Amino acid sequence: MAREFDIAVIGGGLVGAAIAWGLGKIGQRVAVLDEGDIAFRASRGNFALVWVQSKGLGMPEYAGWTVRSSEAWGGFADELKEQTGLDICHQRPGGFHLALSEAELANRESILKRLHNQPAMQRYEWEIMDRARVQRMLPQVGPEVVGGSYCPLDGHVNSPRLFRALHAGMQQLGVTYLPNHPVEQITYRDRQFVMHTPAGEVRSGKLVLAAGNGNARLGPMVGLNVPVRPQRGQIVVTEKAAPFLNYPVVTVRQTDEGGVMLGDSLEETGFDPTVGTGVISTIAERAVRMFPVLARLNVVRTWAALRVMTQDGFPIYDQSATCPGAFVATCHSGVTLAANHALVLAPLIAGGSLPPETFEVFSARRFDVPAAA
Amino acid sequence: MFQRLPDAGDLAVAITIDGKPVKARAGDTVAAALFAAGIDHCRTTPVSGTPRAPYCMMGVCFECLVTIDGVGNRQACLVPVQEGMSVETQRGKREIGR
Ligand SMILES: Cc1cc2nc3c(=O)[nH]c(=O)nc-3n(C[C@H](O)[C@H](O)[C@H](O)COP(=O)(O)OP(=O)(O)OC[C@H]3O[C@@H](n4cnc5c(N)ncnc54)[C@H](O)[C@@H]3O)c2cc1C
Ligand code: FES
Repeated sequence: MAREFDIAVIGGGLVGAAIAWGLGKIGQRVAVLDEGDIAFRASRGNFALVWVQSKGLGMPEYAGWTVRSSEAWGGFADELKEQTGLDICHQRPGGFHLALSEAELANRESILKRLHNQPAMQRYEWEIMDRARVQRMLPQVGPEVVGGSYCPLDGHVNSPRLFRALHAGMQQLGVTYLPNHPVEQITYRDRQFVMHTPAGEVRSGKLVLAAGNGNARLGPMVGLNVPVRPQRGQIVVTEKAAPFLNYPVVTVRQTDEGGVMLGDSLEETGFDPTVGTGVISTIAERAVRMFPVLARLNVVRTWAALRVMTQDGFPIYDQSATCPGAFVATCHSGVTLAANHALVLAPLIAGGSLPPETFEVFSARRFDVPAAA
Repeated sequence: MFQRLPDAGDLAVAITIDGKPVKARAGDTVAAALFAAGIDHCRTTPVSGTPRAPYCMMGVCFECLVTIDGVGNRQACLVPVQEGMSVETQRGKREIGR
């Protein structure tokens, strides 16, 4: 007999797990269908920033959505810790983007000015700092750093522990986690979704597609267009060092346990998660120019992971017109937006619809506009 | 703990371990010299602070990390002793720039 749930979430990455946790919290009977240990999973390979600055040029609503998640993150982290006992080490000291030349700094300033000059842009603090001010907050910067941008809303977490806390937490809330249930086909009949997997069928009244890059294939089965593509990012990690960096920098951050993460490339390479020394050495070289003290540290790990990217870089939140009850949620900042997914999006999904006044802008219908000649 | 064989040869190389003068044999690795000097742990771990000593003696386990001539986290089992070498045991995380 097929197993029946109020809501099925396809995908147990950060997006699916955050939504399932939020649904479990409000008493929904939820199943999370996931692939096995060997799967493309951005959630296992990201840079762990909860990041606000520079998001939303071209879609100010995305900036507002990001700020909202950043504001909710502290309480969200506390709640996860209280529930699961896992400290995900959320910190929000503000963050930096550093410039290695006057041209880079001017470019940075112009991007941020355009971002904040958009009509409907939510106001929040940010500033361009000269070298002297940067050095007061980041004493280890190298001589090539000419300045940078700083935003007090930026922060970071321990991302693997966040992933673990969401999984532990959702299962404590009664969510059924079904690994090794890759969904091959979805059918919709009599207001019921049937997920067909090699491990059997699962039925539900509602459905959330949170399958990362898998959404592109699954969406059309329930009347949703989800144009996402993999975009590779490589990361370098050093051995653990005594604390030296008080603020995360967008490409250099020191983890709570002392390792220094250097990131992260943007590469259009399809479904290929291999690491290459060319990109890795460029990442390391720029990081050492920013912080020359890094040069003596040993590298202990490098990896690559695949982002889930849309053509404009903004998330897709959508509901199906032809199969009511089917939703999709996908984004390339699943760490940053985890608090929103758990605390805002999940209750809306349980209620059955995404209010158009706030969510229409995130619909994939924005891609239907014919390309300009 | 460990003792040198009676025919191990001359202790001709002078090094320091945490500032104390120690004699080692030419050809000793730093790890061997640490053991022969009766050191029971060469570092504490960066996160939980538990003591560690050289273990595999062949470069794979990374338990033997020490600071050698001012450079942190070097594998003591892979570095031969040299006259005048300064070896320091480590506590916790490596200091940046060392
Ligand atoms: C290098 C890199 C750095 C990043 N840095 C940051 C950062 O600093 N801050 C930030 O906020 N975000 C960052 N991200 C992005 C963040 O990691 C992703 O937004 C987030 O992990 C996406 O989560 P997801 O659940 O949508 O996708 P994924 O983690 O890819 O998970 C998708 C899940 O769906 C499952 N699945 C797919 N198809 C099926 C199917 N047919 N049936 C069942 N299950 C299926 C997969 O097995 C997988 O478990 C980074 C990403 C990368 C790659
Ligand atoms: S003792 Fe194992 S690496 Fe040195």
